[in-house]
Amino acid sequence: MNDLIFFFNQAIIGGVVLGSIYALGAVGVTLIFGILRFAHFAHGDMMTLGGFISFVLAGIVAGLGIAFPLPIGFIVVPFAMLIAAGLALGIDKGFYAPLRARGAKPVTLLIASIGVTMMIQGLIRLFFGVGTYSFFDTQPKVLHRIELPFEGVTRPISFSEPQLLLVISTIIAVVALHYFLTRSRLGKGMRAMADNPDLAKVSGINTKLVVRVTWIIAGALACLAGTMLALDVSLKPDLAFNIVLPIFAAAILGGLGHAYGAIAGGFVLGFAETLAVFNWSVLLRPFRDNLPEWFEIPNTLSLVQSEYKLTVAFVILVVVLLVRPTGIFKGAST
Amino acid sequence: MSLIDLKDIKAGYGATPILNGVNMAIDASDIGVIVGPNGAGKSTTLKAIFGLLNVMDGTITFDGRDTTRLEADRLVPMGLSFVPQEHNVFTSMTVHENLEMGAFIRRDDISGTLDEVYEMFPDLKAKRRQPAGELSGGQRQMVAMGRALMSKPKLLMLDEPSAGLSPRYMMEIFEQVVKINAAGVGILMVEQNARQALAFATKGFVLANGQNRFTGTGQELLDDPDVAKSFLGG
Repeated sequence: MNDLIFFFNQAIIGGVVLGSIYALGAVGVTLIFGILRFAHFAHGDMMTLGGFISFVLAGIVAGLGIAFPLPIGFIVVPFAMLIAAGLALGIDKGFYAPLRARGAKPVTLLIASIGVTMMIQGLIRLFFGVGTYSFFDTQPKVLHRIELPFEGVTRPISFSEPQLLLVISTIIAVVALHYFLTRSRLGKGMRAMADNPDLAKVSGINTKLVVRVTWIIAGALACLAGTMLALDVSLKPDLAFNIVLPIFAAAILGGLGHAYGAIAGGFVLGFAETLAVFNWSVLLRPFRDNLPEWFEIPNTLSLVQSEYKLTVAFVILVVVLLVRPTGIFKGAST
Repeated sequence: MSLIDLKDIKAGYGATPILNGVNMAIDASDIGVIVGPNGAGKSTTLKAIFGLLNVMDGTITFDGRDTTRLEADRLVPMGLSFVPQEHNVFTSMTVHENLEMGAFIRRDDISGTLDEVYEMFPDLKAKRRQPAGELSGGQRQMVAMGRALMSKPKLLMLDEPSAGLSPRYMMEIFEQVVKINAAGVGILMVEQNARQALAFATKGFVLANGQNRFTGTGQELLDDPDVAKSFLGG
């Protein structure tokens, strides 16, 4: 039973946390692809930027000397999301919109987004250096332990407060996005434009407005994901750049342009990565006495070493693309 | 003053024009039908009106205003609606949502128009919660027409509404076109099934090589031996 809880703490909680981050990032990537038909490579850095915005706001709030029951980084996240949404609009207006107006091909926009990646990373390094920051210098990181009332169980279920908040805010974001896309006029207009941009135009849908709303949502969710990731681990200039490829893998896995697919893809990859690096021999140990004598339980029995965690995403991506080229859900064609 | 007036329209995709001076006038009481051989510029005429391609010369006047350079997002609120020939429904969205998208520009209550469309196409009411991509070709055409009607247009433009449909659906679509017109909506449509369409057209236009070849009432075109020989297959 203790080993099972160890499995739960390591693999299940780890998978949910990683999956939430991937899902929040992949939703933005997939919405931008659905509406603007290009791979927005700078999305990871918009996440990082969002984390730094929250960090600055948290510093200001901490300076006021008010005590909060929750991490200050989490308290300020709605305001940071607003700022990040504004910045996303600015990035589009400054870099991508002029290219679109000239009828640039998707690959040109992709290259431009790599330029934006470098610019954001450069700016962050310019102001914050290359160091690592923690949100928890001024207040402690709360750990939750849930003791289970079973006999012989000594190991508690444990997770940190940022992890709990991350999962809660992901659920809220996903539910809100669902209602926006299925109930609101603009959300339906967004789906219409992702489905058939020419017909959306013919129907008189204000496509420029839809593009703006897409950036607002993608920017705000990227900021949420970046802040929560920074709260869970720590904040550094290449925080989310390192996970932009699995985020793209999650979006492709779910079918590009398909918001629910991206969420599902994010969780599939999150779980796949944590399960692949989990040391399965832990779960075999309780059966030590029942196993045949020639079978010796190795000390580590994980599918891949944790340094190679990222490769799991790509193996799954390649397999899915071979078997089902449009992703788990049918996505938009390139 | 006609509802829509095209004067010497020259238009095309690139530098070379496909239309070399097209003239047309349609009233709200009219059903205009454009016929002609492949590549004559029939669909191009509709696209030029709807601002989907480059108009190089000539003027388009709709409802008393010069709309030559206006694009779709301005034309729809003015009362112009267009049903493209292909990809004319949002396949991943339900029938109901497709109709709602047709009314995107409206901020008033759309339930009355929804009821009218469902009354016109009872098949759609039963399938309103189904994604439009799962419907048959004929039903999709109904969704496409319903979507275009949701903006309460003054002029409805249809690009080959009967293409690929069974005779039964073709007749149903044509019947609805006549009914829509009777309700005060001008119609301008391109049709391959020229004989059937000209039979109920109040105005017929034969295009060839991007120019008007014959213009008259539908019956006049059907009776004209030259038109019959060259464009209606004898």
